[in-house]
Amino acid sequence: MAITSLPSPDGQELTIVIQGRFDFGAHQEFRDAYERVNLSPKRYVVDLKGTTYLDSSALGMLLLLRDHAGGDHAQIRLLNCNPDVRKILAISNFEQLFQIT
Amino acid sequence: MPARLSILIAEDNAADRMLLSTIVSRQGHRSLTASNGMEAVALFEQERPQLVLMDALMPVMDGFEAARRIKQMAGEELVPIIFLTSLTEGEALVRCLEAGGDDFLAKPYNRVILEAKINAMDRLRRLQDTVLQQRDLIAQHNEYLLNEQRVAKAVFDKVAHSGCLAAPNIRYLQSPYALFNGDLLLAAFKPSGGMHVLLGDFTGHGLPAAIGAMPLAEVFYGMTAKGYSLTEILREINAKLKRILPLGVFCCATLLNISFQRRVVEVWNGGLPDGYLLRANGAERVPLVSRHLPLGVLAPAAFNDRYEVFPLELGDRVFLLSDGVLEACNQQGELFGERRLHRVFSANRQPAQLFAEIQQALLNFRGELQDDVSLVEVSMVEEGSLSRGPLVFTGSGQNSPLDWSASFEFRGETLRRFNPLPFLLQLLLEVEGLRPQGGALYSVLAELYSNALEHGVLGLDSSLKCDAEGFAEYYLQRSTRLAQLREGYVRFHLQLVPESTGGRLTVRVEDSGSGFDGQAIVEQQLRVDRLCGRGLALVRQLSERCTWPEDGRGVSVEFSWLAGA
Repeated sequence: MAITSLPSPDGQELTIVIQGRFDFGAHQEFRDAYERVNLSPKRYVVDLKGTTYLDSSALGMLLLLRDHAGGDHAQIRLLNCNPDVRKILAISNFEQLFQIT
Repeated sequence: MPARLSILIAEDNAADRMLLSTIVSRQGHRSLTASNGMEAVALFEQERPQLVLMDALMPVMDGFEAARRIKQMAGEELVPIIFLTSLTEGEALVRCLEAGGDDFLAKPYNRVILEAKINAMDRLRRLQDTVLQQRDLIAQHNEYLLNEQRVAKAVFDKVAHSGCLAAPNIRYLQSPYALFNGDLLLAAFKPSGGMHVLLGDFTGHGLPAAIGAMPLAEVFYGMTAKGYSLTEILREINAKLKRILPLGVFCCATLLNISFQRRVVEVWNGGLPDGYLLRANGAERVPLVSRHLPLGVLAPAAFNDRYEVFPLELGDRVFLLSDGVLEACNQQGELFGERRLHRVFSANRQPAQLFAEIQQALLNFRGELQDDVSLVEVSMVEEGSLSRGPLVFTGSGQNSPLDWSASFEFRGETLRRFNPLPFLLQLLLEVEGLRPQGGALYSVLAELYSNALEHGVLGLDSSLKCDAEGFAEYYLQRSTRLAQLREGYVRFHLQLVPESTGGRLTVRVEDSGSGFDGQAIVEQQLRVDRLCGRGLALVRQLSERCTWPEDGRGVSVEFSWLAGA
């Protein structure tokens, strides 16, 4: 599992890319990805293209990101979910909190 | 600067012994000397040196045997043994290591190399020391943790098992430490005789996953016993979890409200995999889909308590499962998934075997047993076929109020949001003599209230409910009309009078509707299809007397009791 974060050139958007399993083991790394950047982006993108699996701890981590990004005003898109990941997000009805594309 | 060590030197040649002792002392260590293996072993036992320089060939006992004995005495602690040897052939050097030696030094001795080897061995020795200390610490922590879990589980089991999981219409499967997987299963009788069942799955593992289970269970049991509805319990649990749990920790859950009398189940699913309604005739499997975010995610104002209602027939079963089943993973990294679960359902012939078949399928799939699986199945049975304990009361009943009356009027806005039944029940159960009839009293109040609300205030037509589509339509209309309700009222008039042998309660319920033709309803209810309410019949059956005026505006029921009964 590897997590990288990449700000857009204008610093308005931060893209977090998650490779492999997104579970409790990723906790610290995921937090670092948005807490240890010296900018306050307006929008966040979580790219799940390389994410093979996502568990309920990962859902919790997404909620933490949402809170960090402004709670109900947060703008977070979840990109490139594979069918398994999409299913888990759908069961938890996370489309009510995140933009899933 | 390396630490000062005590070093045992076993060497039969006095000159060599002297030389080694001098080198070692100059290095700042304390030296102990022995002239053969036997002496070395005795000295080791007495002084417990931290490192040994051992000549291989000595009289009385050679270095190989002495090394073996010293290693045995040292146990888990690393006492490095450096063999001193003029032996050069490989086989002899191998023997030194096999006897427990950690290194060897060839004669004649080189002071610099000896120093370096002592330092290197000291590093190893300390590393081993650290590892042992940490291992013991971890073992100790683990022991604490297991003990804490045992205590927590014992306390929790008292709470969780205060419910009715043992009822004959419930079948369930849970690992003994499911609590620490975050899984939670609760079931309780409602005062009216129906049942609430909750299957929950907290995020995470271990104590953090278990900690939220306690407040959830307390709310679930406390409010169910007091007659609160499914939506009120959901709202309270959600608000409580939101308030007390850290962000990112939440509970995926399905809550069922089963009424044996009305033969319906209300389902709210937030974040658990599809449950299923398994028909007794095997004809269909109705998925009970997650429509909501899990409990503890949304703020109270944003929480959605909308549930779905399904009619049930005798023998129909409601089946719920945790994600441990679907997310079971095999060697190839595939998930068990819904398709495989459906195959198990389809192949199932004996309902009683379903759980075993699911477990077997998981075992075949994974090659080993899955320990984080929770399954529960609740069957629709005849009303009254389940025996249940008496209602639990919080009051002491010492000061039972016996001679009073009270009237309540609940109007439009209140009817939309507030369920007056728990409030009224709590009030009436202050009367000790009524407590044994608490269940019947609640059922009667609940029936009268829902008749007054649904038919009187909302003007719903119960004949709609005569088939499955109409049934769904009825509940749709109910929630639409309730949401738009501005006017109307439901009144409760309670009258308690003492009698020479005990006391009597009269409850009169009125509503703002146009009244009903009681006689026609009673006659009709003898004939109607089971999907229709049989509310009034039940009220007549459970209360001592049930009357209504000619115009059908309002119903009176009476309950009496004998003192000391």
